[in-house]
Amino acid sequence: MHDSHARFHSPFSFRNFNLTSLLGRRNREKRKKVQCPRFTESARNSQFLFYYRSFDLSIRMIRFILLQNRQGKTRLAKYYVPLEDSEKHKVEYEVHRLVVNRDPKFTNFVEFRTHKVIYRRYAGLFFSLCVDITDNELAYLECIHLFVEILDHFFSNVCELDLVFNFHKVYLILDEFILAGELQETSKKAIIERMGELEKLE
Amino acid sequence: MKDMIRAIRACKTAAEERAVIRKESAAIRAAINENDQDYRHRNLAKLMFIHMLGYPTHFGQMECLKLIASAGFPEKRIGYLGLMLLLDERQEVLMLVTNSLKQDLNHSNQYIVGLALCALGNICSAEMARDLAPEVERLLQFRDPNIRKKAALCSIRIIKKVPDLAENFINPAAALLKEKHHGVLITGIQLCTDLCKVSPEALEYFRKKCTEGLVRTLKDIINSPYAPEYDIAGITDPFLHIRLLKLLRMLGQGDADASDTMNDVLAQVATKAESNKNAGNAILYECVETIMSIEDNGGLRVLAINILGRFLSNRDNNIRYVALNMLMKAITVDAQAVQRHRATILECVKDSDASIRKRALELVYLLVNESNVKPLTKELIEYLEVSDQEFKGELTAKVCSIVEKFSPEKIWYIDQMLKVLIEAGNFVKDEVWHALIVAISNASDLHGYTVRALYRSFQTSAEQETLVRVAVWCVGEYGDMLVNNVGVLDIEDPTTVTESDAVDVVEIAIQRHALDLTTKAMALIALLKLSSRFPSCSGRIKDIIVQYKGSFVLELQQRSLEFNSIIEKHQNIRSALVERMPVLDEATFSGRRAGSLLTTVSTSSRASHNLPNGVAKPSAAPLVDLLDLSDDAPAPSSSDGNFLHDLLGVDLAPASAQSGTNQASKAGTDVLLDLLSIGSTTPVQSNSSTPDMLSSGLDNQKQIATLDALSSPLPSAPANSSVGASSMMDLLDGFASSPSKREDNGSVHPSIVAFESSNLRVTFNFSKPPGNPQMTLIQATFINLSSDAFTDFVFQAAVPKFLQLHLDPASSNTLPASGNGSVMQSLRVTNSQHGKKSLVMRIRIAYKLNNKDMLEEGQINNFPRDL
Repeated sequence: MHDSHARFHSPFSFRNFNLTSLLGRRNREKRKKVQCPRFTESARNSQFLFYYRSFDLSIRMIRFILLQNRQGKTRLAKYYVPLEDSEKHKVEYEVHRLVVNRDPKFTNFVEFRTHKVIYRRYAGLFFSLCVDITDNELAYLECIHLFVEILDHFFSNVCELDLVFNFHKVYLILDEFILAGELQETSKKAIIERMGELEKLE
Repeated sequence: MKDMIRAIRACKTAAEERAVIRKESAAIRAAINENDQDYRHRNLAKLMFIHMLGYPTHFGQMECLKLIASAGFPEKRIGYLGLMLLLDERQEVLMLVTNSLKQDLNHSNQYIVGLALCALGNICSAEMARDLAPEVERLLQFRDPNIRKKAALCSIRIIKKVPDLAENFINPAAALLKEKHHGVLITGIQLCTDLCKVSPEALEYFRKKCTEGLVRTLKDIINSPYAPEYDIAGITDPFLHIRLLKLLRMLGQGDADASDTMNDVLAQVATKAESNKNAGNAILYECVETIMSIEDNGGLRVLAINILGRFLSNRDNNIRYVALNMLMKAITVDAQAVQRHRATILECVKDSDASIRKRALELVYLLVNESNVKPLTKELIEYLEVSDQEFKGELTAKVCSIVEKFSPEKIWYIDQMLKVLIEAGNFVKDEVWHALIVAISNASDLHGYTVRALYRSFQTSAEQETLVRVAVWCVGEYGDMLVNNVGVLDIEDPTTVTESDAVDVVEIAIQRHALDLTTKAMALIALLKLSSRFPSCSGRIKDIIVQYKGSFVLELQQRSLEFNSIIEKHQNIRSALVERMPVLDEATFSGRRAGSLLTTVSTSSRASHNLPNGVAKPSAAPLVDLLDLSDDAPAPSSSDGNFLHDLLGVDLAPASAQSGTNQASKAGTDVLLDLLSIGSTTPVQSNSSTPDMLSSGLDNQKQIATLDALSSPLPSAPANSSVGASSMMDLLDGFASSPSKREDNGSVHPSIVAFESSNLRVTFNFSKPPGNPQMTLIQATFINLSSDAFTDFVFQAAVPKFLQLHLDPASSNTLPASGNGSVMQSLRVTNSQHGKKSLVMRIRIAYKLNNKDMLEEGQINNFPRDL
């Protein structure tokens, strides 16, 4: 158990993930030097300051979770705030544009409208969480990582195709992990066991 | 299902994909119509996949409800999944599901209860929250921990939707805090945190009852032995850490006792958490935030700031980012400590990562104060040279704002602004360069320095439009100082600029920035001014101006014609026309920028209040200066009107002085100002008509109503050239001039000689108070034409019934002989038939001349018609 953890300490160890091997794109990727995403700010800045002054009485929760591949195809989208379908597509498009061209050395945080997207890339997949601007970014980063580890355990060496063909199971795992925009369970073991029980009922 | 996904994946083009989806959708629809029981959940799964690809799936909504209502777990599972994906809380259909949810929440199978809770947590609406809150509350005590934790999170959703329900959850939530089960504990802590947010009672309750327990729990985790299940990268249970710290923050904020209780444990967390792992840093970060938020404890805060300092020097961008974020908060707590990290923060402004840059810039902006503004600005401006285009706008705005706010001296301000203009003039906002011009105009000892500096920068950076505007304005105003090297400061390099060099600048500007009207118009005015400053270049300037005679832009065409005419035919008044701008009132300008919304009343009173300001400047009529600023003036708004008021207030007084009248009726001026504020757009045409109006004050033979032109919305030609007395102002002899008609709203009226006899002349001046068309104020002036003084002078007046008259006391009852003085008396007439009947008045004047009683009577019928 202990050893298997060591492998996942940094996001880069995930390059050994099957997510990569299956897609095998990493080697062919030519990272274009693209300029940073464009922000139209000003209004947002003041809002940001407002958040700070009012300390953290704003309601903190995860707004949505997105799983997208490099081409922008959505592999999982879970919204914890109500949005119109058209608005959802717009959000997915914008988030993809924001994260896809960022330098891997850059922060994993991008400001998105009045919120913040915490994203992490695993092989060809981007896991993005949209949270409030004052929330603990590092914790959510850890959250994404934990989710990927759970998926990896569940599908034993997960790859993008697993997620495509078993998308309903991915949703099920997510529902055991996060509920109502809040973390529900942080133990990998507990979630895997729970999934096992649910599978038996099928 | 798998087949469909495979088929979709096999599609090579979007069109193929659409075809496959259409086929599948049709098949699903058909199945729905046939009410196919066996494949229902499979169909819905397909639908969800289609939905994820972004195709319409609304026809499947009812299928979700049917599946939810069916008995088996697999069907329900897909049904709830579909419910959460395809619907949200705003849809009407959701009402139908409340009943099923209620049944499932009471189901004997705990997995089904779990499904229902999960769906409720994700899509619960306010009505559902009210209906189902009792069930959820009960489930908080369910035996299975999986259900308890789901119920806790569901409760969060419920109290967010309906905060009134919070009090029901306080007790069960407090019970959850004593849980041993890890998942339940984490969710219970979250529930408590959210309860505290929505309900002050909950906050009070938890503060009293639970603070100590929570501190103990946190202590236990810190000291707990290794627990692989909840371990992340060697750190024990960071998520629980973070949740606990959050709740403690809620409890400690604003409560000294609670803060005291948690001091020790916070210190422990801060010292024990490992800072070489992301998870450890996440805990530290949360801990610092808690320390910053709870009530003051100096020692802890020093510890926290030190942690942030460590973060800031971390190589990981993420860590630096959160450090900047936190320092922003820390600045309100301990600005001095944050200042220590200034150099590092400044480096972050130059980071290649936009997220870090933005944060750092915000932070620097907060860090600036009087003592460090110079080095900080220097750094920022240097960085402006190399920064990305995207970032320049934001950076420029911040630099400008810093420079304006903290500039220790004028020359520094001007220097820095010039640097910004050179580097990023195109990003500078209008109000910023307007402010710069106002500041330059106020720094009279720096005029020469500024114009020379601008001249030099123009040579290198003529592509920055804002720079060009400021340069053109200054060259126009202070061109002579540029050429004659007036007021050279020690720090300057000596330069020799010829008159034609100066004209070159403006010519280049007018040609290069051929597209921007504002710049062009400013350049034209500058040229006119230069033509007077440098008579030797007059001919060349004329040639440039003439080029715009045929401009399609009305404004330019008109200006060009007017200026051409001034240069050609009105040499005698030109130098007076193009005098320097009077110093612009900085306070007024900044007030205007602050957007102080002044009422009309206060603006007009304010404008008249400013009049002395203008009089103090004994320059002759700076008419063209009006044009200058009217060009600058942005779209009219209430505050702009104010600015124009001041301009006119400043300008009009000298104008009237020059035209030989010894009194510009102050009331008249006020009315004029009011008019201008109404006559919305650029009042550029006021140049020729204003003096007319004022000079006509004593000249009733030449009645003119020029103000109509003022209030006309377009910069139409001032059409009052027929006025004999002001023929010297006749700039537009090329235009057919038609005496404009008097309009009813022409609130300024020429004065009349109401009565004249061999001994006495009575003159009436009229004004209208704003907002009351029926009322007319009459200022009667009595002049003694005889060679002996009048004594016991009494003026009486009578009016018909439709008028009301009020007489104020006269200024004196003696009237010196031979027009050596006058008596003034105010009358107030209210015309109840305003617009229908004009004024009429009978007067009787009694006085003693050489001790002989005299009585003169008369009727006044020559009142202006529309009083």
